[in-house]
Amino acid sequence: MGKRVGLEVTVAVAEAVALCRIDMAGVYPITPQSHIAEHLSTLVADGKLDAEFMTVESEHSAMSAVIGASGAGARSYTATSSQGLMLMHELLPIASAMRLPITMAIANRAVSGPLNILNDHSDIMPQRDAGWIVVFAENGQEAIDLSIQAFKIAEHKDVMLPVSVNIDGFQLTHMVEPVEMPTQEDVDQFLPPFVPHATLHPARPVTMGAFAMSDYFTEIMKAKDEAVKNSKKVILAVWDEWAKMFDRSYKPVETYKADDADFLILTMGSMGETAQLAIDELRVKGVKAGLVKLRLWRPFPFAEIKAAIKNAKKLIVTDRAVSFGGPGGPVFSEIKSALYAETRRPAIYNYIYGLGGRDVTVHDFVGMFEKIIADTGNVAADTYEFWGVRE
Amino acid sequence: MIEVRWHGRGGQGAVTSVELLAVSAIAAGKYAQGFPSFGPERRGAPVAAFTRIDDKKINVRSGIYEPDIVLVLDSSLIGLVNVVDGLKPGGKIIVNTHKTPEEIRKDLNFNGSVATVDGTGIARQEMGVPIANTTMIGALLKVTGIMGLEAMKESVEHRFGRLAQKNLNAMKRAYDEIKIIN
Amino acid sequence: MTLKSWKELPIGCVVSEPGSASEYHTGSWRSQRPIWHDAKCIKCGICYVFCPEGCVQQGEDGFFKANMDYCKGCGICAHECWPCAIKMVEEG
Repeated sequence: MGKRVGLEVTVAVAEAVALCRIDMAGVYPITPQSHIAEHLSTLVADGKLDAEFMTVESEHSAMSAVIGASGAGARSYTATSSQGLMLMHELLPIASAMRLPITMAIANRAVSGPLNILNDHSDIMPQRDAGWIVVFAENGQEAIDLSIQAFKIAEHKDVMLPVSVNIDGFQLTHMVEPVEMPTQEDVDQFLPPFVPHATLHPARPVTMGAFAMSDYFTEIMKAKDEAVKNSKKVILAVWDEWAKMFDRSYKPVETYKADDADFLILTMGSMGETAQLAIDELRVKGVKAGLVKLRLWRPFPFAEIKAAIKNAKKLIVTDRAVSFGGPGGPVFSEIKSALYAETRRPAIYNYIYGLGGRDVTVHDFVGMFEKIIADTGNVAADTYEFWGVRE
Repeated sequence: MIEVRWHGRGGQGAVTSVELLAVSAIAAGKYAQGFPSFGPERRGAPVAAFTRIDDKKINVRSGIYEPDIVLVLDSSLIGLVNVVDGLKPGGKIIVNTHKTPEEIRKDLNFNGSVATVDGTGIARQEMGVPIANTTMIGALLKVTGIMGLEAMKESVEHRFGRLAQKNLNAMKRAYDEIKIIN
Repeated sequence: MTLKSWKELPIGCVVSEPGSASEYHTGSWRSQRPIWHDAKCIKCGICYVFCPEGCVQQGEDGFFKANMDYCKGCGICAHECWPCAIKMVEEG
């Protein structure tokens, strides 16, 4: 059993990554991720982690460096936020196309402009189609656990894909809270050494990232899509194994008091715990409210989402990013499309909230439920609204 | 659950105190959150930091708007920042000042419980620096009774090494010397 | 050549056979070919240096010629040859 300690979540994540015996980290500092970079660099400098900490001149270089290192067979790690992730953007599909099992922490932060350093999901959402596995953490413990699991999932021979672990900036990253840090022995037992599918080596030359024309491009995209979809089997198996070993369970979609709920709310990331308190409050008042938490964003868990929400009368989908001039928030449009063919589905409402660090309280969540319950004619269903915006 | 809002200036160590307190409370088997006011900070500017401590798992992740306790690390902030904003009925305020609780109560036009201690004076005498962030943890522990002073020992030693004992001495003095009016 | 199905692609499309690009005969693109006039050639090797395809080779006699499997007929060798020993002539 690991030790229960109070740690800032970024420091805890860096410690967890060190337990995974990474060979290389290429990280460029950016708020609110920087403490991960700083702590990893300290661990390397103090001789506590036998890894190459590569100081790079930008996030574009950070991602390029980890792609190269992973291609050479190194267990490679990076972390970023916001503009840093946007700068990495052009390389993300290359990492997944080359099937390099890089793992990355994203300390989620609003994308400029205007410049803002606080939390929302506008950095990860534009990376949706990069071919990465994407998971969201709800608290510090999950940030640690998912960071360790990420290597095992990414490096599984049937996966070989990069994974991003999304950790809400400040709300999670800058929180000192209790976490159970697994022991080195436990992590060693859980995580086998990295066996690459191919390596760059002068004695055994291969070409990675070659050119492909129209005669092969479609087949390559199809193979990548199948690989991402297929990774779910391994993700489920790894989470199962984790639950057996560490007694903490992870599912693509998790629910709280949702089974008999008439009214549901769906969250992603750190908002889940606060929303849970709103559910408790509403239940005391006799409202059959429940919570659905989406942990696995890619591959998208269609079956689990359908099962979790099919019996509800109304569903609030919350989004922390905007698709300007689009159909609503990105989570909302995915959920709607997942339910398109279902004959029985709840009326769906979309609240876009918590943008650029705007705080969301238990009171806000209760208000969302009150608002959809009052909409007896489902007039506002299938539309989106900026929650709490000043008119 | 007890919620504390700390007021200080950038560089006075409010965030360090919040971290030390949370780490110590967790080591003592409690649940805690310690976090800064999110956003850019600069030296000398008014800042806030927050602590939540409970005996059961803390789920709320929004900010603290109605604290049980307000701790003011720098009394020059009184008048500049509304330090009693949102303080719960029955809430308490702790101020690092050489003034008496009665004087502070008058300054703040506040009727609730006020506690004062000259944390800066103690810090200067015990550690030779006018930084009262760790000293004032002693004051907070006395006023709230969250846990004993001994709970701070490990985290302070881990953080300050050979300077730890001086910090602990200062903390103890603030614990003993604080004046409280209810 | 039969094209592979998506299921047959290696993971990450890694090309495991070194130098397999040499199977690709770029000489088929050629519309002009370089002809060396050895009488003018001073064996300086500038054609060898500048050939973007790396297909110019030096023979045992010290004179140069191009491997026509790969020569694209770009004419860079002729352009760079300052003693004007190389002429580009139409193919076919």
